[in-house]
Amino acid sequence: MLRFANPANFLRLAAVLVPTGAVLSALTLTLGLYLSFFVAPADYQQGQTVRIMYIHVPAAWLAMFCWGTMTLAALGSLVWRHPLADAAQKAAAPLGAAFTFVCLVTGSLWGKPMWGTWWVWDARLTSVLVLFIMYLGLIALWRSIDEPSRAGRAAAILTLVGSINLPIIKFSVDWWNTLHQPASVFRAGGPTIHPTMLWPLLTMAIGMTLLFITLHLMATRNEVLRRRLRRRAILAAEAGDSRAMPQEA
Amino acid sequence: MSAHAWFILASYAIAALAIGGAALAIVLDHRALKHALAKLPASPDEEARK
Repeated sequence: MLRFANPANFLRLAAVLVPTGAVLSALTLTLGLYLSFFVAPADYQQGQTVRIMYIHVPAAWLAMFCWGTMTLAALGSLVWRHPLADAAQKAAAPLGAAFTFVCLVTGSLWGKPMWGTWWVWDARLTSVLVLFIMYLGLIALWRSIDEPSRAGRAAAILTLVGSINLPIIKFSVDWWNTLHQPASVFRAGGPTIHPTMLWPLLTMAIGMTLLFITLHLMATRNEVLRRRLRRRAILAAEAGDSRAMPQEA
Repeated sequence: MSAHAWFILASYAIAALAIGGAALAIVLDHRALKHALAKLPASPDEEARK
């Protein structure tokens, strides 16, 4: 496993995994969308609006999964000082922000017809909004520090501190009285959703997870290349190569 | 069409734009990096690994 943590080996592995992941996620998402729109029934209370669930719920899971991925990478940064862990951390933040944005917007679009409001300051919605703001803060932090290893350590600390929000999001519907419904899939006693709706939901979740993994691999590969470019530019600048010098605006 | 079709379509359209936009940004970034890397000579440690 650690063999692939070498950046050169990672690039070789990514060259195989990225196209494979892209094909698998496209196939799974196509099946998931077909099941969500043409096989899953309308809800007896919500009608067709329940179809928003098939995009909203996987986006919410991935918003949290992405921070969990960053937390593991942050441990790799702080404990082993591994440059690939820094790259994985940095690459995940914009993806996490995108999935959290999708979760918030689709939740709002689902809330308006069902709850009669676009937004309420209940514990679940607020804690997910906090997650989105933390993603934006993390992206800003990465951009504000030039030296990659220093930025990686600062981001790792923020990520580890921010991971306290994950159990708050998960259990907010149990700990507080919220307008948002309680867990209906990952709960003690099993899912409460009928299999005709559960399978399309799980298919979409698998498809979006495969898509996230593929995009994360691609973005991590970009970060490895960015470091390689930085190293080449420094060496070229030291050798007096004008092509490596920063261009005047 | 459902009375709430607009909400359903908007949800999927925004999701496609946000995630598709992120994917496009990654692809364009990759192209720009490859282009910039091609302009600079490989460092000695990269040459040694070849």
